[in-house]
Amino acid sequence: MANQLTRQQQSGSRKSKALPGGTRAPDFTLRSTPDQFVSLSEFQGQPIVLAFYPADWSPVCGDEMALFNEVLPEFQNLGAELVGVSVDGAWCHAAFARDRKLHFPLLADFEPKGAVARQYGVYRDGEGVSERALFVIDAEGIIYWSYVSPVGVNPGANGVLSALEDLQNKKATKESQQSKELKETK
Amino acid sequence: MKGAQTDSIPATRLTVPVARRDHIQGPLDAPVTLLEYGDYECPACGQVFPIIKTVQERLGNTLCFAFRHFPLTNVHPHSEHAAEAAEAAGAQGKFWMMHDILFENQDALEDEDLIRYATALKLNARRLIAEVEAGAYATRLREDFMSGIRGGVNGTPTFFINGLRYDGARALNALLDAVTVR
Repeated sequence: MANQLTRQQQSGSRKSKALPGGTRAPDFTLRSTPDQFVSLSEFQGQPIVLAFYPADWSPVCGDEMALFNEVLPEFQNLGAELVGVSVDGAWCHAAFARDRKLHFPLLADFEPKGAVARQYGVYRDGEGVSERALFVIDAEGIIYWSYVSPVGVNPGANGVLSALEDLQNKKATKESQQSKELKETK
Repeated sequence: MKGAQTDSIPATRLTVPVARRDHIQGPLDAPVTLLEYGDYECPACGQVFPIIKTVQERLGNTLCFAFRHFPLTNVHPHSEHAAEAAEAAGAQGKFWMMHDILFENQDALEDEDLIRYATALKLNARRLIAEVEAGAYATRLREDFMSGIRGGVNGTPTFFINGLRYDGARALNALLDAVTVR
């Protein structure tokens, strides 16, 4: 596992132009299978985790997607869905997902290549792939948390879980406030 | 509404300290605690297994070694039953003996193999395999797994030395340096 992480690599990741928390998440429609499309707006009303990764089949990506696959039930317990996004085509995604037994969709940011990664500020010009980047988008379609990992380092799922827990706590606070207000107006 | 901080580094500090709940070798209050998150079907874990044995021999009672399960069950189809078998053996008092056999036989982790190992260890093999098939220790395995996720375990093997994730090389000398310097 590529856990070797130097200080330089860590600070290097800070220069990213990834869309930060508080930004509206740009909508997009991408192929999820050779004959199906998925739009971000379909997930409105629940949090969604976008996991950009450079390529199917490369070892660290495999580890990251395999890890997220295992943590998926926890994401779902927190009311969230997960999608992976890379510039690979739908057929490649299909083979990769089957091989790794992934239980979440992989979207093909394939044509025009990397257009969605560019919108989110995580396209690696010159390399033709996306950064290894995570976005947690809230139920209203606003980016709550984003993180760009050094490309060779699996970011793990802890940051995503913390962000989803935050969102759930906020939702609970808001709901209890609303019910209090409702009682008061009665 | 401003969102959370962008680009914060994920935690690499153990969130659930090594304690009585864990499978440990060596004294719990040893000056150095080495915790491994591992998967019995993971080849890299298999490679590091004899290295850990040597580290344990060299450090003796100054080291507490602990093992928590981190099976990647979709990639390693036998990892979950193997981890269950180790726990089931643990319930009969032989966790570490099963642990060793599993790592020494990573290419033979079918249920029949688990029964064979249980028999070789003079365990109640029928009870063991029934527990494995029922997923009797699933809650514990998930606790181990999630404690790893929250502490920054991204794959296996991942080590923590006195609660801090160790990101260095897994060669004997590097590991020995890491556990003796502290």
